[in-house]
Amino acid sequence: MTDSIPVRGTAVIDTEACKGCDLCIDACKPDVLVMTTDRTNTRGYRFPELLAGCTACRACADVCPDFCFQVHRFETPRQWNGAWS
Amino acid sequence: MERGLVVTRQLAEGSAIVAHALVEAGCRFFAGYPMTPFTEVLEHMAEALPPVGGLCVNAESELEAVGMVWGAAATGARAATGSTGQGLSLMQESIAEATMAGIGFVVLNMARGQGDYFQATRGGGHGDYRTPVLAPSGPADVTQLVAEAFDLADRWRNPVLVVGDYYLAHTWVDIEVSAGPTVPRPAPAWALDGTSGGSGRAKLVSPLGTAKQRDGVGYDLSEHYAACDRRRQEMTAGITPRSESSAVDDAEIVVVAYGTMSRLAAGAVAELRAAGHRVGLIRPITLWPFPAADVLRAADGARMVVVYENNAGQMIDDVRLALLGATPVVGINGFRTDSSAFGIAPDATVDALCSSVRSLLGGGR
Amino acid sequence: MTNRPDDLRVVPGEVPDDATLVADFTPTLVDVGAHHLCPGCGEPVAIRAVMDALALLDLADRCVAVFGIGCSTAFSNNLDVEVLQALHGRAPSVATGVARMRPELAVFTIQGDGDMANEGLQEVLHAAARGERIVCIMLNNGVFGETGGHLTVTTTVGQRTKNTLEGRDPAQHGHPMQIAELVAGLQGVAYVARGAVNDAGNVARTKRMIVDAFTVARQGLGFALVEVLTMCPTGWFVPTDEAPAYLADTIASTHRVGVLRSELP
Repeated sequence: MTDSIPVRGTAVIDTEACKGCDLCIDACKPDVLVMTTDRTNTRGYRFPELLAGCTACRACADVCPDFCFQVHRFETPRQWNGAWS
Repeated sequence: MERGLVVTRQLAEGSAIVAHALVEAGCRFFAGYPMTPFTEVLEHMAEALPPVGGLCVNAESELEAVGMVWGAAATGARAATGSTGQGLSLMQESIAEATMAGIGFVVLNMARGQGDYFQATRGGGHGDYRTPVLAPSGPADVTQLVAEAFDLADRWRNPVLVVGDYYLAHTWVDIEVSAGPTVPRPAPAWALDGTSGGSGRAKLVSPLGTAKQRDGVGYDLSEHYAACDRRRQEMTAGITPRSESSAVDDAEIVVVAYGTMSRLAAGAVAELRAAGHRVGLIRPITLWPFPAADVLRAADGARMVVVYENNAGQMIDDVRLALLGATPVVGINGFRTDSSAFGIAPDATVDALCSSVRSLLGGGR
Repeated sequence: MTNRPDDLRVVPGEVPDDATLVADFTPTLVDVGAHHLCPGCGEPVAIRAVMDALALLDLADRCVAVFGIGCSTAFSNNLDVEVLQALHGRAPSVATGVARMRPELAVFTIQGDGDMANEGLQEVLHAAARGERIVCIMLNNGVFGETGGHLTVTTTVGQRTKNTLEGRDPAQHGHPMQIAELVAGLQGVAYVARGAVNDAGNVARTKRMIVDAFTVARQGLGFALVEVLTMCPTGWFVPTDEAPAYLADTIASTHRVGVLRSELP
């Protein structure tokens, strides 16, 4: 089991609004956004999912053309190892 | 507090009278591009507006002049522009689309002759739109008609044309210029002033529609065009066509003429009547909506209607439509100009018109 | 299927109570986030930057946006600021009329490159030379997006568009014009900058340019132009995730990002 990941923020993703453009993937500095490969939203687009390690830098929100991201910063970093602690 | 105009009676050039008419009617923004015979109106507006807190801009093109007026009028100000026929040609897209955006303003055509009748009444722009058109006979009624033009523009949220010409621009007349400060009008509710921003209901003025977006549904042009159509029909029904007629009751020949030509025609009718001929005159004041019923009524009992206009035959179409064959229609004079083509027709005279009408009277049907 | 270990799987979507909102879905001044612009389009990103700048400067109830015609027209009925829709190319003269009658307002235009540089080139140049206290914003993707992706005055040499499928060739299609440079050379102009929205860093820098442009206008220093390079993967015939690099390589090599002129103290 690897060490737990420190997480300084999180993003709520409006997956239905997403048009699968992938711009957030490269924009994410901690590289914690990954596009689905096996699922799409109801309009047929793949969408991003968030892994542990968000830094609340809001780059995803800034570059998303479809306003899919709501970014939150944690006051104290949390640990993630499959569950919050 | 705005200063009122000082003067009472004065010798004034028609262009100055037009400018004062605009200012008196509340115009506080004017933009234009010099072109004969409109240029002097622009000059006079540049002089007349600043003292009343207004603004006159020499736009770099006619396109930009009407664009600036679009913007100024959208803030609720009474705004106007003008040119001659060629310059109005450049403004047609904006005039047509302003009707769709519900932006009203006055456009002055100081025309070169009367060849812009079609441009004014059919519209030289695209789409199903109409603009009311007022035709002063000269300095005597231009002040009243300019004021009415602004009232119509505000009432119907539509551009309104006022058609003058070289004679109007450059004739000096002794005229009573009515004084009196203009009562400032409040801006209409739809006008933009920035303050509805951030309220959740920020105002929109757009030729594409007035509905703000909901749930990702954008402009619905079919809905908007239908609404514009209804508004246009209301406007058409809501404006009473106007004309002025004289000596038509027992007339054998009725002359139809507008603008400066109507004054020549009035002179000819007076002379012919004095010589015992039964000739009458009707002059349309609203070119759109055209006073078709008035023309039909005036022609009742006459054996011929004669259209006298300084062009190759434009208003004659509307006269024919008004009569629908009830009375024969003849066009006389044709397009006459001097070498400048600015709209001076040295051979358009009372005598020439009298001869033309006399030959029609003498020759019978 | 990812090939990441189990303990890196996706975090849940719930937000803890003690979290602070750092960025909301739709900026305050955009009414509806959904739109029909293409996946990967840079225009909504640019519009967001403009709206964020207005919110930052507290100008929402003291501004009027004048829109041109193009893909960005999709937003003209979707903003919580007053909007006056103009015709193609005509926004600068319309904005002039608004600004002259309402000098207390922040008046700005949103136009594409086809709108401002093709149809409306004389308008923006004249407004600039007059020193109108307005901010003109040109969203430059080097194509007429809304009508299908044909070349404009800013299309770069070698750029493939619907009618330059072999790439723009000056011998056949003429040379591109660099609008920011053209405007920057005029007197009456107080701020000219060119930004881009192809990555988060550029978005942040572009937002600062827009803030500065509005500040210049508010201080009455003169005309301001902000050109914003935006992605158009559809018009550029590239996949959406390659558009940011295409912008950097193909568009921005001709239309260089940076502040060209600033009279800000």
